[in-house]
Amino acid sequence: MAIEVRIPTILRNLTDGEKAVQGKGATLGELFTDLEARHPGLSDRLVEGPGLRRFVNVYLNDEDVRFLGGLDTPVTDGDTVTVLPAVAGGAG
Amino acid sequence: MRYDSLLDSLGQTPLVGLPRLSPSWAGEGGAPPVRLWAKLEDRNPTGSVKDRPAVYMIEAAEKDGRLTPGCTILEPTSGNTGIALAMAAKLRGYRIVCVMPENTSAERTQLLEMWGATIIYSPAAGGSNEAVRVAKGLAEEHTDWVMLYQYGNEANARSHYETTGPELLADLPSITHFVAGLGTTGTLMGVGRYLREHVPGVGIVAAEPRYGELVYGLRNVDEGFVPELYDPDVLTTRFSVSSADALRRTRELLAEEGIFAGVSTGCALHAAIGVGSKALKAGEAADVAFIVADGGWKYLSTGAYSGTLDEAEDALEGQLWA
Repeated sequence: MAIEVRIPTILRNLTDGEKAVQGKGATLGELFTDLEARHPGLSDRLVEGPGLRRFVNVYLNDEDVRFLGGLDTPVTDGDTVTVLPAVAGGAG
Repeated sequence: MRYDSLLDSLGQTPLVGLPRLSPSWAGEGGAPPVRLWAKLEDRNPTGSVKDRPAVYMIEAAEKDGRLTPGCTILEPTSGNTGIALAMAAKLRGYRIVCVMPENTSAERTQLLEMWGATIIYSPAAGGSNEAVRVAKGLAEEHTDWVMLYQYGNEANARSHYETTGPELLADLPSITHFVAGLGTTGTLMGVGRYLREHVPGVGIVAAEPRYGELVYGLRNVDEGFVPELYDPDVLTTRFSVSSADALRRTRELLAEEGIFAGVSTGCALHAAIGVGSKALKAGEAADVAFIVADGGWKYLSTGAYSGTLDEAEDALEGQLWA
């Protein structure tokens, strides 16, 4: 088993058009490093310095990782990670 | 209850319990009570939570002299804020121009026109991001128009700090969690700050709608948008809720508790049930309040309430449902 990472449309040029890719690691940061090996450039679009890029949101099983532990958030096999760009939403 | 005018009847909305959908309403089987409470913001003058920030933003702009009789108000809005502003503008003698994404429900256009708003549509791709961009461009062209700009207007969050937050605490002193949809972030920032000042350890939980791919039609990840009002330090948790989960919960709320709410309420309810279930598992009592942002009326044409869940989800694909 592995961790599924769902990729938004605008980053699929880095995953050969795949909507979701699989990876492994004990933390989110390790998972992104693992993905980078097969999808060069992906990590740079998600990570900036010690954290996530400002307009990138990452969810672990639907929970925003910024409120869990950022790139240090522990992940385990069977988890689903969703990457989404930040958009203006809501009942505005 | 008697008021001198419609605007005076703003707020003081009911907080109602959900005995059937709560994880443990009365502490069944020795479990701690974990109760859900719905704040019915559809009971505001134009039927949504947005009446609060709309009135506050107009009053603030009048006070600082930006808004004077005969002025034109400009606002990027997916509907509810525009509808609330249009009503208040009509009563106070302003013109209003709303920039709205074209992929919003037909009822919103009808309501805006009823209250006399002029609508300029922004492209569906990009959703509200695009509406904000178009509105900012129009503001540069028409320097005499007054953009209240709900995403960055402190009066938006202040309306909830001064009204919604105190109402919640007065009605539910034992509140442990507050859940609301994340859009302009005004509700969460205002209520969140108020509750944090008065309730140690309170959970402030954001429920963020996860749309179909069309809505995320940005050219690159550096073109995203974070509202100027947003301060992540006010929140304790942020959930991403899919259209399918939001729809399912919207229907459960209707079927189990009789509350006919818009789809964004299902989004908040999903997160509320999530934190409630966590509390129950941990053996902790909880009183979770969430916002019913509006009623379901404006979304009937979207198909959200008819047919199977799959059909409703297909019908909502590509639409801004919150």
